[in-house]
Amino acid sequence: MSRLFMFEKPLGMRDTLPGLYEMKSSARNAIQSEMKRWGFQFIETPALEYYETVGTASAILDQQLFKLLDSQGHTLVLRPDMTAPIARVAASKLLKEDLPLRLAYSANVYRAQQREGGRPAEFEQIGVECIGDHTISADGEVIALLISSLREVGLPKFQISVGHIGFVQTLFQQILGTEERAQALTKFLYEKNYVGYREHVKNLALSSIDKQRLLDFLKLRGGEEVLSFANDIIENESGREALSQLQQLWEIVVAFGEEDKLKFDLTLISHMSYYTGIVFEVYSHAVGTPIGNGGRYDLLLEKFGKATGATGFALYLDRLIEALGGLSEETPMTCILFSDERRQEAYTVAKERRAIGEKVVLQDINGVKNIDACTNQYTDIVFLIGKAGRGS
Amino acid sequence: MKEMLTIAMPKGRIFDEAVELLRQAGFNLPPEFEDSRKLIIDVEQEQFRFILAKPMDVPTYVEHGVADLGIAGKDVMLEEERDVYELLDLKISACYLAVAGLPNTKMNDVAPKVASKYPNVAAAYFREQGEQVEIIKLNGSIELAPIIGLSDRIVDIVSTGKTLVENGLVEYERIADITSRLIVNPVSYRTKDERISEIVDKLTDVIHGVRS
Repeated sequence: MSRLFMFEKPLGMRDTLPGLYEMKSSARNAIQSEMKRWGFQFIETPALEYYETVGTASAILDQQLFKLLDSQGHTLVLRPDMTAPIARVAASKLLKEDLPLRLAYSANVYRAQQREGGRPAEFEQIGVECIGDHTISADGEVIALLISSLREVGLPKFQISVGHIGFVQTLFQQILGTEERAQALTKFLYEKNYVGYREHVKNLALSSIDKQRLLDFLKLRGGEEVLSFANDIIENESGREALSQLQQLWEIVVAFGEEDKLKFDLTLISHMSYYTGIVFEVYSHAVGTPIGNGGRYDLLLEKFGKATGATGFALYLDRLIEALGGLSEETPMTCILFSDERRQEAYTVAKERRAIGEKVVLQDINGVKNIDACTNQYTDIVFLIGKAGRGS
Repeated sequence: MKEMLTIAMPKGRIFDEAVELLRQAGFNLPPEFEDSRKLIIDVEQEQFRFILAKPMDVPTYVEHGVADLGIAGKDVMLEEERDVYELLDLKISACYLAVAGLPNTKMNDVAPKVASKYPNVAAAYFREQGEQVEIIKLNGSIELAPIIGLSDRIVDIVSTGKTLVENGLVEYERIADITSRLIVNPVSYRTKDERISEIVDKLTDVIHGVRS
């Protein structure tokens, strides 16, 4: 390995400089405030978790986990997502009363990148989890909150695509018979390889009707009408149940008045294997990757000892910032350049201005080599130099 | 007004066939299209923007979303493994990936070496065969490698087999059949679905018309 430059950081790690920090923080505040207004409570969990518990429950690929050993020899991971840690806390501590819990977080998660080191390996997610409510109302609520949060943050154009893991599973199982064969076909969906999917279907020993059903499945994308097309393809109860859940979800989102942001896409499946029901992704027209995703995970809590349903979403803050475009305008900042004689006056002025909410920098003029370059940085300059009554 | 779609096209071998296919599908592309040396060509009447990229880079543009659609060889898709939808087999520029080498030779027992422009494909193939080989990445003229003793085998695309014959090489194994694919960015696939579906439908008609 070549010698590191002193300024280098580990692969995928990023610094956040003042301009970007401001933008992230104002976006974060807007979203957090909205989540709080909806009655979601923020919590924090540790960055390090046990590999055996949260690490394996999190559904992030093993090679993407940052692992280390503690002094007892346990394998630890830097949390690769927030859903699993929150499930751990909820199951062990919070779900005492069997009442629905509304939790929120904004935290950094860690996923080692395999290629192109410029991609972030540490990134902030802001999200909510609604735990202990099995109704579709809960799914509708988190989607409505997602839409509302994106409005609050000022994202002009976005779209949410909704699918259902249960629908895909039951359709494939019913037509193909075994889970093994269903998985072979699902793999093509994961890989987004529709050419391979069609080839695979063509070579299966199935009736032409069943083959057509599998091929038509790929077209189940669009508005509410998709649900009735899907109804023609599916033939069993659990599939119909999945569709009726999506129909309910649609009506709930209509009741929230947000249906123009919603589309169905039954081909949508997630690499997060803990999802069991409704899943969704949110897209901005300005970014090439989803800016957030979420869904229902009714079996994850069980792994931590409490069998109950849950649903939630997470937004990727850095992709959201990218979607919002350029840095926000800098807020005005005053600089008071003072010399020793008028120190007291400078401190008094600064205190008064800060008290009314202005941003004020106090700078001893002896600490500045290039006065012009210094004054150019600020919207307003106050000179308090020399004997009182002169120079200001 | 239709939304502008950006399409990444591969320069070289596949380009002409891809343009021809788009014309057959009823898209109105100007006659001087092929002769242009520009890297970006806007076709106003269709609301298309074409970007002309190196074939190996097409999936990269599409994955990052700077191009909504792209036309890429399956060989490139296998090598790059980008997070994009592979929607259609366009059935153009057919060829295949193969292992080739000097006739009547065996892989070196001590240090078997394979040269390729497709190091990931080559590594995956030999790993599946249970063979441990050293992969040497080359950027072109792969046929040179076995002739001058850089490697025992090469992994490369073969269309007619003429290049192999002319350089005194023979094919040992066939790895995968290759044709060009229509690929789509996952976000564009959802946010511009109507226009993309229209293109897919038109192309599907042409492909099936040609075939059956």
